[in-house]
Amino acid sequence: MMRVGLFIPCYVDQFYPNAGIATYQLLKKLGVDVTYPTGQTCCGQPMANSGFEHLTNDCNRLFVDNFAEFDYIVSPSGSCVLHIKDHLHVENAEAEATSVRTKIYELVEFLVDILKVKDLKAKFPHKVGLHQSCHGQRGLFLSQMSELVAPYFSKPEQLLSQVEGLELIALSREDECCGFGGTFCVVEEAVSVKMGKDRVKDHLAHGAEYIIGADMSCLMHMEGILKREHSQVKVMHIAEILNAE
Amino acid sequence: MSETTKTHPELAEIFNKDEERVDWHDETLWWIRQKRDKSAHSIPEWELLRETASQIKNNVLSDLSNYLVQFEKNAKANGIIVHWAADAEEHNQIVHGILQVHGIQQMVKSKSMLTEECHLNEYLEKQGLDVIDSDLGERIVQLAKEPPSHIVLPCIHKKKEEIGDLFHIHLGVPAGTSDPQILTETARQHLRETFLTRKAALTGVNFAIAETGEFVVCTNEGNADMGAHLADVHIASMGIEKIIPQRKHLGVFLRLLTRSATGQPITTYSSHFKKPRAGQEMHVVIVDNGRTVQMGREDFRASLKCIRCGACMNTCPVYRRSGGHSYHNAISGPIGAILAPNLDMKKYADLPFASTLCGSCSNVCPVKIDIHQQLYKWRQVIVKEGYADTSKKVGMQMMTFTLSSPIVYRTAGKAGRWVLKHIPFAVNNHFNPWFKQRDMPEAPAESFGEWYKKNVNHK
Amino acid sequence: MAALQQNQPEIVALPADLSFKRDENYDLVEKFRSMAEGIGSKVYQVNAMEEIQAIIAADFPEAKRIVSNVAEVASSAIPAFVLSENPHSYEDVDVAIFKPRLAVAENSALWLTEDRMGVRALPFITQHIIMLVEIATLVPDMHAAYQKIGIDDYGFSTFIAGPSKTADIEQSLVLGAHGPRSMTIFMYS
Repeated sequence: MMRVGLFIPCYVDQFYPNAGIATYQLLKKLGVDVTYPTGQTCCGQPMANSGFEHLTNDCNRLFVDNFAEFDYIVSPSGSCVLHIKDHLHVENAEAEATSVRTKIYELVEFLVDILKVKDLKAKFPHKVGLHQSCHGQRGLFLSQMSELVAPYFSKPEQLLSQVEGLELIALSREDECCGFGGTFCVVEEAVSVKMGKDRVKDHLAHGAEYIIGADMSCLMHMEGILKREHSQVKVMHIAEILNAE
Repeated sequence: MSETTKTHPELAEIFNKDEERVDWHDETLWWIRQKRDKSAHSIPEWELLRETASQIKNNVLSDLSNYLVQFEKNAKANGIIVHWAADAEEHNQIVHGILQVHGIQQMVKSKSMLTEECHLNEYLEKQGLDVIDSDLGERIVQLAKEPPSHIVLPCIHKKKEEIGDLFHIHLGVPAGTSDPQILTETARQHLRETFLTRKAALTGVNFAIAETGEFVVCTNEGNADMGAHLADVHIASMGIEKIIPQRKHLGVFLRLLTRSATGQPITTYSSHFKKPRAGQEMHVVIVDNGRTVQMGREDFRASLKCIRCGACMNTCPVYRRSGGHSYHNAISGPIGAILAPNLDMKKYADLPFASTLCGSCSNVCPVKIDIHQQLYKWRQVIVKEGYADTSKKVGMQMMTFTLSSPIVYRTAGKAGRWVLKHIPFAVNNHFNPWFKQRDMPEAPAESFGEWYKKNVNHK
Repeated sequence: MAALQQNQPEIVALPADLSFKRDENYDLVEKFRSMAEGIGSKVYQVNAMEEIQAIIAADFPEAKRIVSNVAEVASSAIPAFVLSENPHSYEDVDVAIFKPRLAVAENSALWLTEDRMGVRALPFITQHIIMLVEIATLVPDMHAAYQKIGIDDYGFSTFIAGPSKTADIEQSLVLGAHGPRSMTIFMYS
């Protein structure tokens, strides 16, 4: 049976453990042999995106050490997975790094493409707004982007359609960036916040009770704005929805 | 000029002080993106068209020196006088020289972002010459003494009332006029006189065909043609990368250009200039100005495929909410952010960071430039060359240290959560830029790692 | 004069590729007409030249100077074009008539070569432009157009898709920027 190594992004580990717990529980429910290597830390993206890719070798080494043994690596984060897929290199261990890059999956794509989940036993009777995180969408092709002239598809929606009672709202701008962007959120604070506010506004205008997505970073940013606006709307990671009973 | 010393984040912050205006700017450009989408979707073979254009441009870049030689040879055979300019200064001198030879003091110009890059207008005005921009948007920013904020829509940042005010001051329309019809008619009359009296006209070049030695200029207004066909001297300025190999390739590019730019199927005029009119002198000035250097940069070479459509700006959520002037460069937006650091890495070090790397730009680019990947790569180069600020460097060293060791990481994480929980004001204050307009996340009782340790029996 | 700056190591030669796509089979006349009208042109389908002259008289009653580059449409009211040395002498032309070589259905672009312009300035300096489009010259798209154009020689030529326009003022479309304020197209077999 395939062995899956669970990679939990650093900020999910520290601030949104529920997303990690839901991911773990969901995979277990689906009969997956999943382990969380306790020596893991981070994928290195915050440093790399800030121009410090050249400092990430130790971080990358640690990642490979933790995950090389597994058949698949699964993570509830599109941006971390994309980063590993695109940028994981380890000095003197390129073969191992390549192996890791080819077997890492974001949670949604793992459920749809590998486990081929067709009937989730989940229930979440609420109006939900799905946020398409850019790295997951344009980088991992979790769903079709509006820029391309190509047929529509959406892996998250495929899964959400299996959740009883869930009502997915439409949005005015289907896939505009939320403005988190890593260190961008503080380096370009004014624009970042404006982008987040606009995204939140779109969801609220269409009646969302929950804003969900596959990347907690985007949701963290939108949650910060929702709370500042004293909104009752909550954010949740899609794993928590798919795991909801 | 104080604007040149301010960075993108600073300028963007100023831009964002007027939220209603930001909404207006953002919605206007998003609407243009939607028009582009509609237009693209009306062509089932759109993605194939993009791929073809991309490959044609890849081929051009791979053999550019030969294509340029071919173009020069054929243009000369057509009777066009060809000049070469290594940089902006030389370009300006050449243009000035041509005008001097003919004793011309006044020139009419149609749109050319290259001449913005070279600051031609400023140069000529210093020499005592008079230059009038005939493209309506360019004329407006010229009257306002501002640079254009968008490469295709020069005054997209201006409201019609502001334009009315400008025309009231400079062109005599009654105060308070804001009807676009009236304002355009005023400009038409005012510029018609210019076209009829200027002996020299300068245009840009959208495409230069190596095979035939001709060049194409696309406008909606007809101003390039009005200028060129009435003037004794027609000067066309082009960057070396404007070459396309054969005339038939125009079929691909003309189908992509305007649809990408504004959603129109084609510009009203796509004029092919091959030979000077009898009695007229036609000049082409071919400009390098850093392009050869960019060509040598393997990671960034593809930025030279750009056909200056502006689609990347219209789609960029950051551009829409910060405005072209925040990029403090002739070419703004995503494409500007990957072209400018090549010209002056110190001055433009902020631009590749003015992005969330969302990737929308790369996917609307008609020639498939990997813009967002180049933005990421420029960040590495800028830091390596030493243009990142020290505090960032130190912060990053610390981060590397923390994230390379599980024990340090777990301790730091726990400490951070404890602080957030018990001394929130240490974090929730004005020194924390996150906190300015957003609440911090709540600190959970335990991390995932701690939960796992407690709840999962593992070997 | 600056020397060729190609000292920089250029690049791997990539294969040139040229692929043309030809997909839709739509009614060329319908498509052309809808694109042309969408851009702001007025389109008439006629059967005889006399019809054209009558419509011009009706549509442009106040025109003082009408010039025709199409022999069949010339008349006492619409003199044939006479070349004058000075392009500026056409600045008072109200209506100018031309017959393009090609018409492109996908975008209503009309290919007008210099030899059919009279002078280069005329199609732009006239206040109103009239184009005679023979239906047999319709092609579906730009690829087909350039296939027909081939390596024809000309000093100047242009695709004209409609009346001149601008949307520079708050994206409001205004017809009649610097070139003609209107375009009238007569389609005939």
